[in-house]
Amino acid sequence: MLWSYCHSGTRKSLFNINTRELSEVVVIGSTASLKDEEEFTDILEERRCTTDLGYALRTFNPQPYKGAPSSSTSDLKKAVLESQYLRYIIALETGSSVEKVRQEARGILEEMSHNLQLGFIRLMAYTVNKVFKRLFRSIYVNMEGLNMLQQAIQESPVILMPNHRSYVDFLIVSFILFTYDIPIPVIAAGIPLASMKVVGEILRRSGAFFIRRAIGSDKLYWAVLSEYVRTIVRTGCAPLEFYVEGFRSRTLKSVVPKLGMMDMVLEPYFKGEVFDITLVPISISYDRVVEESLLALELLGVPKPKESTTGLFKASRVLQEDYGCMHVNFGRPLSVRQLCEGKINRSEYNLIPRDLPQRPSTEIQDCVNWVAHLIVRTQEEGSLISPWSLMACLLLQAPITTLTEEGLQWHGLTEKTLWLRKLVLDFRGRLNWPDSDVMSSTVALHHSIVHHKAGRVCLVQDGDPASQDPLSPEEGVMRTAAAVLMLVSYRNQALHVFVRPGILATAIHITKSTQKDELFSFFCFLRDVFANEFIFIPGRASQDFDEACSLLQKCGAVHMSEQEVTVLETGLEVLSFLQKLLQPFLDSYQLIFRYLCENGAHVFTEKQFLPAVQNLATKLILSGDLHTFEVLSSDTQKNVLSALRRLEAVTKLRVNNNILSIADPYFFGKYIAIDVLLMTEIMNKRAL
Amino acid sequence: MCHTFPALTSDRSSRICSLLYKHGSSMASNSSGSDSSDRQRIAQQRLSVIAGHLQRPVEGNSGILAAECKAQGDKLDVSSERRTVPRRRQEIMKWNGWGYSDSKFLYNKKGQAEFTGKRYRLSGMIIPGLREWMESTFGANLQHKTPAAPILNSSAVQPPTLNEAFLKELKSTGIPFSHDAEDRVFRSHGHCLHEIFALREGKIGRVPDLVVWPNCHNDVVKIVELACKHNVCLMPYGGGTSVSSALECPPEETRSIVSLDTSQMNRILWIDEKNLTAHVEAGIVGQDLERLLNESGYCTGHEPDSMEFSSLGGWVATRASGMKKNIYGNIEDLVVHIKMVTPQGVIEKSCQGPRMSTGPDVHHFIMGSEGTLGVVTEVTMKIRPMPEYQKYGSVVFPNFEMGVACLREVARQRCAPASIRLMDNEQFKFGHALKPQVSSIFTSFLDGLKKFYITKFKGFDPNRLCVATLLFEGDREKVLQHEKQVYDIAAKFGGLAAGEDNGQRGYMLTFVIAYLRVVLGFKYTLVLDICRNVKARIVRECKDKGVQFPPLSTCRVTQTYDAGACVYFYFAFNYRGLSDPVHVYEQVEHAAREEILANGGSLSHHHGVGKLRKEWMRETISSVGMGMLRSVKDYVDPNNIFGNRNLL
Repeated sequence: MLWSYCHSGTRKSLFNINTRELSEVVVIGSTASLKDEEEFTDILEERRCTTDLGYALRTFNPQPYKGAPSSSTSDLKKAVLESQYLRYIIALETGSSVEKVRQEARGILEEMSHNLQLGFIRLMAYTVNKVFKRLFRSIYVNMEGLNMLQQAIQESPVILMPNHRSYVDFLIVSFILFTYDIPIPVIAAGIPLASMKVVGEILRRSGAFFIRRAIGSDKLYWAVLSEYVRTIVRTGCAPLEFYVEGFRSRTLKSVVPKLGMMDMVLEPYFKGEVFDITLVPISISYDRVVEESLLALELLGVPKPKESTTGLFKASRVLQEDYGCMHVNFGRPLSVRQLCEGKINRSEYNLIPRDLPQRPSTEIQDCVNWVAHLIVRTQEEGSLISPWSLMACLLLQAPITTLTEEGLQWHGLTEKTLWLRKLVLDFRGRLNWPDSDVMSSTVALHHSIVHHKAGRVCLVQDGDPASQDPLSPEEGVMRTAAAVLMLVSYRNQALHVFVRPGILATAIHITKSTQKDELFSFFCFLRDVFANEFIFIPGRASQDFDEACSLLQKCGAVHMSEQEVTVLETGLEVLSFLQKLLQPFLDSYQLIFRYLCENGAHVFTEKQFLPAVQNLATKLILSGDLHTFEVLSSDTQKNVLSALRRLEAVTKLRVNNNILSIADPYFFGKYIAIDVLLMTEIMNKRAL
Repeated sequence: MCHTFPALTSDRSSRICSLLYKHGSSMASNSSGSDSSDRQRIAQQRLSVIAGHLQRPVEGNSGILAAECKAQGDKLDVSSERRTVPRRRQEIMKWNGWGYSDSKFLYNKKGQAEFTGKRYRLSGMIIPGLREWMESTFGANLQHKTPAAPILNSSAVQPPTLNEAFLKELKSTGIPFSHDAEDRVFRSHGHCLHEIFALREGKIGRVPDLVVWPNCHNDVVKIVELACKHNVCLMPYGGGTSVSSALECPPEETRSIVSLDTSQMNRILWIDEKNLTAHVEAGIVGQDLERLLNESGYCTGHEPDSMEFSSLGGWVATRASGMKKNIYGNIEDLVVHIKMVTPQGVIEKSCQGPRMSTGPDVHHFIMGSEGTLGVVTEVTMKIRPMPEYQKYGSVVFPNFEMGVACLREVARQRCAPASIRLMDNEQFKFGHALKPQVSSIFTSFLDGLKKFYITKFKGFDPNRLCVATLLFEGDREKVLQHEKQVYDIAAKFGGLAAGEDNGQRGYMLTFVIAYLRVVLGFKYTLVLDICRNVKARIVRECKDKGVQFPPLSTCRVTQTYDAGACVYFYFAFNYRGLSDPVHVYEQVEHAAREEILANGGSLSHHHGVGKLRKEWMRETISSVGMGMLRSVKDYVDPNNIFGNRNLL
C-alpha cells in the first residue's frame, strides 16, 4: 500500500534555525523573538461587521500540503483496511475467522472515522461564529503564528496540538483555520461526543474522529486506530489535531502528556515514511472558563454530566454570561526532524519490515515522551496570564477566614497584584494586561467567585437555594472548597511561570542551606515528587535548576556564586510568595503520605482511598490543622497516587476477577499496595 | 562556463552512442556474414595482432624502460594493438577533469551551450535548452565563471621520496617507471569532487613518488616482491575513475609510495569459445575489452557508466555493477577465476569450474578489497555472443510513485529488460534541456504534439511526471515480445510508451551528469521514502549551509533486484557566494549519506568504500565483520605494503 501514499520531496524548508537556537527558543523560552509575535488580532471584530451567513458561505480555497493527493474519506478508510500492517494484525488474531476479524476492523473504523465535508464546516463555522460572538468579547489570534502555520502546512504534514481547557475550544482551531483559508484539520475526540444525537454526526462531518476511552488490551482496536492516524500523517491529507494532554484539564493546569497518540503521530517520521513532521503547539487561554463551576464540583467528586445533546441545550444558559476574551496563540512550528536529531537512531527499523508491528525501543519511547513534554511546556509558555490569575495567586495566600468572612482589602490586593505583575515579567511570563481599569473589570467578570464591596473583596459561596437547613460543618467545608477550587484553577493558569523558582524557594526554605549542591539535590527531589503535578521536561533537571537560579537572581531575590546561593534581604518577599504558592501542594502530598503510612492497611482499593483521604482532610481542616482545600480535589489525590507509583512506593495489583466480582465493578481489580518502607524514606527526606 | 561544479565542463558523454554505432555495424556483418567470411576475418585479425607484436615497442620516454613480457610469449594473444590508454595519459585526457581533453561543454560566442570534440554523438552539437535550464535550476549564468588553473605547475608538486635500493633493483628488472611530476599527479586522485576541485584550483597534496607500468603478471610479482623487501608502499591504479577517495595518498604515509599502473596489462590472453570464457589481463579498460571481444563476436555485457576509462581490475576490486546486469550479472556473477598478487604470494583457484563448495569463496576476499590486499593481474570472465538485436524504449509515468510501482512489478515478474532506469522529474527536465538543436520544423512540431498529448490530453503534470528508460537485448523476436510484456505492465501503472529516442537520450544523460553520485542498494518498500527523504535532506542542508539558490537534488532508480533496487542520487548547487564550496559539498554529502543509512539504505551499491565512506563501515558490517576483514588483511599483508588505507 505504501506505494500510493508517498510524495516527492519538498523544495525548500521553513526551518532554517539551527538546533541550538531552537532548543533555546523552545525550552527556556525566548525573550527577544517573542516580542514580535505578540501582535494579536481580534478576529471577532471583523465577524461582527459582516453577516454570519455571508461569512459561512465565503470562498474557501486553502493551499494543502504539497505532495498530498486529494483523497476522500473512503480512500482513507480503504487504505487503512488494506494496509499491510492491519493484514498482519488480522492474521495474528486467532479464535475467529479472518473475514470476521476484518468485519470487526471495518466496524471499528466506521465508528472512528471522520467524514470531513466542506458543507458541514460551513455549518459549523456559522454556528460557532454565532456562539462565540455571544460568549466572548474578543478572540485574539497571533497572525504571525498563523502565517507560519500556513507556510508549514505546505511543507510537511502538520500536527496541531492545542491545550484543552474547555469544551469551547474543541472547534476553535477549525473555526480560525476556516476563516484564514488554511486546510481544516481532522480532530481526535473522545467517543462520548460521537454518541450525542445529531451533534455527534455534525462533529464527525466537521472533521472529528472518535477514540474510545480505556482501550486497554484490545489489540485490534489499537491497530486500527494507529494505522488510521499514521495514514493521515503519512498522506498529509489534512492537518491532524489532537490533545496531547489526553483530556480537558479540570484544574486548568497542564496535564502530564499521554503518549499513545503522540507515538502514532511520530512513527511515520521514525520509519522514514515522511521526511519531516511539523508540530504546532497552540496555547488557548481564557479570561474566564465557561464550565468553571462544573469543574470545581467534579473535582470534589460530583460526577460530570454525561455529554448529551439535550445537556448541550440545557447548558445554553451559559450563553447569557460574559466570558471576557480568549487568546489563541499559534506557536512556532517545530520540526520533528530537528527535535529528534541525535536523540534516536532511525536505523533500528531497518532490519524488520516496517509494516510489521514492533515495540518501539526505549530510546524511541523516551524520545516520544520528551517531545510530548516539550510540547506541553511550549503550550504553557505560549499561554497568556490574565490579571485574574495573579489575583487568584494572592487571594489564595490569605487566610481562608479572611476570605470568607471580612474580606481582603481591595487596595492591598491591587497593589500586590501590580507587584506580582512585575515579577511575572521578570520571569518572562506572557501577560494579557489590557491597559484601562484592569483590576476592577476583571473582578467584575468573575463575579461568580468574588465580590468587591466597600473596599473589600470576599469569596462568593454558592448557597444551595433548595435546602434551607443550616449546613453541617462538613458540608460547609465542601461549600467553601468548591469556591476555593475555582480560585485554585485560575491560580493554576499562572503556575507554570513560578514553578521552577518556586521549587528552589521551597528548597531554600526547607533545607535552610546555602550550598548549591545541596539545594540542587533537594530541588531534584521535589521536581521528582511533583513530576505528575507540574510539567518538567525529562532529563533537564540541571537546566531547570539553572533557570530557577537565574530567575531568582534576576528579580533580586538571591545572590549566586560558584558554590553558594545567598538570600538577599530584598528577596524575602519574592521567596515567601513563591514558597507559599507551592505550600498547598506540599501540604496535600504530606497529608496523603501520612494517611497511607498511618492507615495500617497495606492493601486498599482506590474507591476506599479517595473518600478516606477526603474525610481525613475535612476533619483536619475543621480542627484547623490543615490550611489547604486542595487536598480535597480528586485531581490532587490521583496525582499523588501516580507519583507514588512512579516512585515505586505503591504498586497496582490486578486481582483475579472471580474473587472480587462482588466488589464495585467500576473499581474492581484496582487494588493498591503500599511499600511502607519506601514511603517512610520519602517522608524522612521530605522532613529534612 | 562553470560556476556550478566541474563535471559539466568535463564530460563523460555518450559512450553509449558510440557503442551503439558499433553494435549496429557488427549486427550487419552478422546477418550478412557466412562462416567462411567469419573465419577469414578472425584470421586477418590474428595476423594483425602478430604484426602489432613485431612493431612493439616504439614509444619510450626518457626514464622509461620498455620491457617485453617473456613469460607470456607462448600464450595466444588475440588482442589488437589499438589501445585507448597510453602510459602518458595526459596526452589524451584532461588532467583536472573527466574524460578526453577534446570533449567538453562550453558556451559559444552566441552564448549557446555546445559540446566540443568528435568522439560522441552529442559532439559538435549546440544544445539550446541547457543554458536556460542551468539558469533556472541553479541561478547559474554567464557572468559568473570560475576558470580552472590551465596547466599543471610542476613546481607545486613535492619532489618524490625515493627508496634508492628499491629503485635500483626495479631498474634491473627492466619494468618501465617514471617519477615525472605530471605522471605522479595524474595518479594521485580519482574523480571525487574535492579531488577535482583541488586540481582545478592548482592545489596538489601528497602524490605518489613513483609510477611503474608492469606489462604482465610476472612483472607484478617482481614489483610486489621488491616492495616487500624494501618496505615500499604500493597503490594499484587502474582506470583512475574512483569516486571514493580510494586513490588519495594517505598523508601520514612516510614510506615511498609507488603507484602501480596496470594500464599496460591490457591483453585478452585467450578466449574459450566452448565454455564461453575469456582470460584477460586486469588492466584492460572497459571500452577496449568490449571492442576487442566484439571483434570476435562476443561481449561481456558489463557496462558500468565509467567503462570508457575504468579497468577490469578496478571492477573486481570494488565489486562493480554494470548497467545491463539484468542479463549479464554484476562483476561477481561474471568472474570465473581471479589471479591476484599479494605480499604472501599469488592467490588463485585451481580450476575454472562454474561453482565450488569449498568453504567461503576466496574470491569474495578479493572482490571489494579495494587494493588493500594485492593487485589483481588476470581474470577469467564469462563472455556471451553479441546480441542480435538491441532496442531502446521509454515510458512516461504520471509520477515517480507510479514509476517505482511499475519497476517493482517488473522485478516481481522477473522480466526486467537489459536495463531499466527510472528518472525523477528533475532529471527528466535535465534530459530535456540536453536535447540538441532540432534540425527541422517538422521535428519540433512533432515534439510539440507529443508534449500536448501527454500533458493536456492525458493530464500528466509536467512537474510531476517521470520517465523510465529501457534497453532490450536479444534476438529480434524475443525482444519484441519482451518489449510488449514490459509495456503492458507499464500501462497498468499509467505509463505511456514515449519512444526510442527518449530512451536513448536517457542513457546518454548518465555520462553528462557526474556531480555527486551516491549509489546504494535499497529494499523496495523503502525506495519511495528514501528518494523523498534524501532529496529533501539535500535541499534543506544546502539551505542551512548558505547556498543561495535551490540546489538540483535528483535521483534515479538504476537497477532492480528481486528484493530491492539501486538508487543514484545526484545533487549540484551553485556555489556563488560560498567561501568554501567543497566543504559545503562535503557536509551536504555527509548528511545525505546519513539520511540514506537512517532510512535503511546501504553504504554503497557499487562504488566501494575507499576512504570517503570508511567511517560508516563498522556500523554497516558490525564489529565482528570488521574483525574478519582486519584479520584477512593482517595475514595477507602484515606490513601494510598495500597501504592505500581503503575500506578498513
